[in-house]
Amino acid sequence: MSISVSISHQIGKFALDADFSIEEPGITALFGPSGSGKTTIINIIAGLTRPRRGRVQLGDRVLFDHARNINLAIRKRRVGYVFQDARLFPHMSVHDNLYYGAKRNRLKLPASDQQDIIEMLGIHKLLHRQPNNLSGGEKQRVALGRALLANPDVLLLDEPLSALDQARKEEILPYFESLRDQRKLPILYVSHAIDEVARLADQMVVIDNGKTLANGSVFDMLGRTDLAPLAGQFDTGTVLPARVASRDPKAQVSFLDCAGQRIVVPYLGHAINTPVRLHIRARDVMIARTPPAGISANNVIPVTITRMAGSNNDTLDISLAFGHDLDAIHTGPTSDRPSIHARITSWSANRLNLGLHQKVFAVIKSVTVNGHLREQ
Amino acid sequence: MITLTPAEIDALLLSLRISGVAVACALPLAVLTATALALGRFPGRFILDACVHLPLILPPVVMGYLLLIGFGTRAPLGAWLYETFDIRFVFSWTGAALASAIVSFPFQVRAIRLSLENVNHGLYQAAESLGAGPIDRFFSLTLPLAWPGIIAGAITAFAASLGEFGAIITFVSNIPGETRTLPLAIYTAIQTPGGELAAARLAALSIGLAFTGLLLSELAMRRIRKRNAS
Repeated sequence: MSISVSISHQIGKFALDADFSIEEPGITALFGPSGSGKTTIINIIAGLTRPRRGRVQLGDRVLFDHARNINLAIRKRRVGYVFQDARLFPHMSVHDNLYYGAKRNRLKLPASDQQDIIEMLGIHKLLHRQPNNLSGGEKQRVALGRALLANPDVLLLDEPLSALDQARKEEILPYFESLRDQRKLPILYVSHAIDEVARLADQMVVIDNGKTLANGSVFDMLGRTDLAPLAGQFDTGTVLPARVASRDPKAQVSFLDCAGQRIVVPYLGHAINTPVRLHIRARDVMIARTPPAGISANNVIPVTITRMAGSNNDTLDISLAFGHDLDAIHTGPTSDRPSIHARITSWSANRLNLGLHQKVFAVIKSVTVNGHLREQ
Repeated sequence: MITLTPAEIDALLLSLRISGVAVACALPLAVLTATALALGRFPGRFILDACVHLPLILPPVVMGYLLLIGFGTRAPLGAWLYETFDIRFVFSWTGAALASAIVSFPFQVRAIRLSLENVNHGLYQAAESLGAGPIDRFFSLTLPLAWPGIIAGAITAFAASLGEFGAIITFVSNIPGETRTLPLAIYTAIQTPGGELAAARLAALSIGLAFTGLLLSELAMRRIRKRNAS
């Protein structure tokens, strides 16, 4: 099921011009700072907001077309919407909430699929409870189940984790991961948290100030330094595909292979050869002129400096391509070598006398690497 | 144990019947009006709002007078109802019920409207995205969520119509066993020489009824608050 959105809308002085399409199933993150228009875009897809102009298509169904005066009713759009605040019906049990949409839909999921969803979300023990007595995380899981049981053509998630604390987020994230891996359903995930996006999303649409700046795979988008300022001062980073090479449950570490480079991370449950996704934040990467000895950091990676840019007066964002065998000619942005970013102070760059094409070592502490994620 | 006299029982039962019929007949209309005022956006909403509240600010005697003008057997509407449906309001307990219904209508609408406006509008969006149409949403969300408000409104209206005096005595007079409700019976007792004790007994009965009504309405309101706290 593909989605294509090409709309323009005006709210007061705020102009929204969104233009993107998604061909693949899986999670597409609508990423951007607060107030950039992300939620308005999914409200337009759901039909909650009517845009001034444009067109929204879901598969072969036109949901909205200003030129042809088509504006499909919300209830006929077959979109599953999970709101920031869950919006469970307070007078119904969890069971009745879950089946509210399913009962009203002609294209029902088979009962076995419905059971699978309820079990995948771990809410089968909550069925007879009232929403008032659920925790925030449980509410969001029920809201997600309610949307899924209605058998939608697309799932819209509006910052479903933003109202939860870190512990509750960690409780829910695995459900989103299994959702992404098990159901062939396009999912639009609104978020301004780069960690969530790096962990969950396959595709990414970057939005700023009402405009869609770029869209593509998460790996490409997060590696683009021109978009980095949007990720926030402290969360700029890189997402790299890797796979589990070996693991040592006794020592509680796993060894990942990332383009031939061994990377040590805290122990992951995943089996050997499972593809995973590494999220390395720029502020967690150190640069050394020589391989440091007697250091606790487990990962010392030979890299070559391919780009140096000041993110502001006192810090530098440095792009580092894997390997020392790169010729100066091949170190342009087109290089297909995986590269990571380091954010260091300008003072430290001067002290080390760092320059373009220099061969250095990236030092990364294992505990700063998020490697939880399985890819499809 | 204090036993009630037949006349007192008559007045009590008549009061309960008139108020009960008044509230029951007005309730569906009150729900509709409250829904329109709380959720509807239409021209003339302000005028409807004002009309609903009119009985609250008009003197009850004026209400009774207007009813007499409109529903008297010689008035066009009253004559038509009498000739076509054999419905007569004047000097009959049904007329007292009509007067009570109109006078207590604003109380019902206000309570129901309040509970409707308390419903998180986002719930309707959620229901709509799950495939529920407007009528479906009304019965699956609006009504059950407003239920405590409907109960509270009905109880308040019931209590208010138990106390109605001016509109009833003006419209349908003071006929024992037909239109002599508790307040009218108290009034009659006071007008009668040596009727002080009878008046006191009836007054005590009214006070007991009022307290019961207030208690029930408070319980219903607590349920609303508890639910809306979610």
